[in-house]
Amino acid sequence: MLDLSKYQSIGAALKDALDQFSNEICLIEADREREKERLTYREFKERAHPLAKALQDAGFAAGDRASIIMTNQSKWLISAYANFYAGGVLVPLDYKLTPDEQWQLLKHSGAKVLITEYPIWRQLSTAAGRAAATNVSTVLVTEAPKNADLAGAQRLEELRGSGEPTLIPRARKDVACIVYSSGTGGRPKGCMMTHENYLEQCVALTSIYPFAPGVRYLSILPTNHAIDFMVGFFGPFICGAAVVHLRTLRPEYVREAFSKYKITYVSLVPLVLKNLQKGLQVRFDELPSGKRKVFNALVGVNRALTKSQPRLGLSRRLLKQVHEPFGGELRTIIVGGAFTEPQTLQFFYDLGIPVANGYGLTEAGTAITVNDLKPFRADTVGKPLPGMEVRIVNAGADGIGEVSVRSKTVMSGYLNEPELTAETIVDGWLLTGDLGRFDPAGHLQLFGRKKNMIVTEEGKNIYPEDIEAVFESLPAKEFCVFAANYIWPQRSMTGEQLLLALHLEPGQTYTDELRREISARNSKLLNYKRLHGVVLFDQDFPRTASLKIKRNVLAEQLAKLDRATAFLPL
Amino acid sequence: MRTLEQTTQEVLDLASKHFNVPAGSLAPEDDFFKKLGIDSLQTLEMLSRLENHFGIELPDYEVQGVSDFRTLASRIQSRL
Repeated sequence: MLDLSKYQSIGAALKDALDQFSNEICLIEADREREKERLTYREFKERAHPLAKALQDAGFAAGDRASIIMTNQSKWLISAYANFYAGGVLVPLDYKLTPDEQWQLLKHSGAKVLITEYPIWRQLSTAAGRAAATNVSTVLVTEAPKNADLAGAQRLEELRGSGEPTLIPRARKDVACIVYSSGTGGRPKGCMMTHENYLEQCVALTSIYPFAPGVRYLSILPTNHAIDFMVGFFGPFICGAAVVHLRTLRPEYVREAFSKYKITYVSLVPLVLKNLQKGLQVRFDELPSGKRKVFNALVGVNRALTKSQPRLGLSRRLLKQVHEPFGGELRTIIVGGAFTEPQTLQFFYDLGIPVANGYGLTEAGTAITVNDLKPFRADTVGKPLPGMEVRIVNAGADGIGEVSVRSKTVMSGYLNEPELTAETIVDGWLLTGDLGRFDPAGHLQLFGRKKNMIVTEEGKNIYPEDIEAVFESLPAKEFCVFAANYIWPQRSMTGEQLLLALHLEPGQTYTDELRREISARNSKLLNYKRLHGVVLFDQDFPRTASLKIKRNVLAEQLAKLDRATAFLPL
Repeated sequence: MRTLEQTTQEVLDLASKHFNVPAGSLAPEDDFFKKLGIDSLQTLEMLSRLENHFGIELPDYEVQGVSDFRTLASRIQSRL
């Protein structure tokens, strides 16, 4: 088991790893069929240290915040390491958010430095939200064309300090990253993750999925996502493994990357995993009848021989035609960000490709439970990782209650939100808002959510209050957005939907025109944030003294309606 | 050199063919996620088809946040 107990910070741990594995490959970056870059740990350090020095020369000091808004690429990791080396707090933001959403989070985070790519900066620099984020005093852009208007930014490539930077010591309890788990609407949830959170999570995860020199991780999930940050940066770097970045995520290039770069691990969201399943199934269905029978028999043999645990060598020999396109080195597909359907997990396991499904949330430092594959179970999210205490609180007669977690990986709190933090972490236990139960073998099973939110198959957390602004001044008396499962609990973690509860003006009816108006506004939202339907409610919404909607009370009232007839699809 | 209108029409034709929807049922201002009922991955597949058709490379960032055919066509047009 990895021992990181001597380290106080991410920067210190990475510094030693860069020296220890100096001749190993740490990064490969490809753009379509072209390999753009291949760096050893020594070369990585030679890129990162001048940047760290330049940041220090510019006055960037311990505790200062630097945000990264980039697609997955080498400069993401180089910039992150430079930030940690200089003692900074990293604010990784989703490059898929709209520019105004990004500015809102930049302002909320108090970031002093922004590091981004030119195409992203082109949109950010002209967005209205820029004016309010006065805290961002330095913008560094990568890959700007020669004569491009930088709109006040500097070229990252030209920012090189001379001489060695100083590693700024940080304590384990200091904040290392502010990670936004959601909340681009009224109440951004910036999880303050400490250096200890990451050091402990790294030890726990690598005990089950070990990294080492020669191991290659294909980084597809955005690196701002807690999963990719851990298994696509910190984990592999601490152990001397390599990370492969693709500048396009077109399925054909992703498929090609597996065999071209002999990928060992990849993390995917359920949507991509299901797409992969669909593609494979089409291939199998196209086999001539005789070959298909043989193939199905081999899958059956593999299933029987891997019942107690995966046997990768055997599966690769038995089902060569399946494993070869994956490069022949793939050990495990890590799936995360959202719940995965058991049949998808079983499909891959039967082919000899174990899928490590688990359960976690940013607030808990990513993974809480992981399937250890001994034996494989498609119907659970696995057992708690080492160091995780998990208990079920307020369990009903069926044993189902709220999952709560205590661990050194749990965040220190939400940035600027002491009340929300106090509601979420009670006596040291993180209340997840998810409903679950342990089975006799100690595996956690999930049964829906207690909280008013959904998680899409793309791994996006959507809180209803974050999308309400787009419906402001809708011609109706009042409205409120809900997760359908919050009103009508379904004990399911998939197929979650959002709805608009709508109270019309007296005498007003739900016309086609109004439906079109709602649809038009809905389409202004990013596709994964969109509503699925409308529920009409003919009473005044319950409100607090300050006229805020009492969402929980309204949800109880809406629950009395019959979902089948009340839910009007958009 | 194609005009933007021609490019837009070719985008619509290709999308209707690729996703098996009747020719003429798609309009430039349509939201392709909604009209075609596709997810982000299927959109990437559509982009690859469009790249092959027009003989261009369309980086992922160029279509970030784009959800209607007209804007998509204009991004293609700028690279022709």
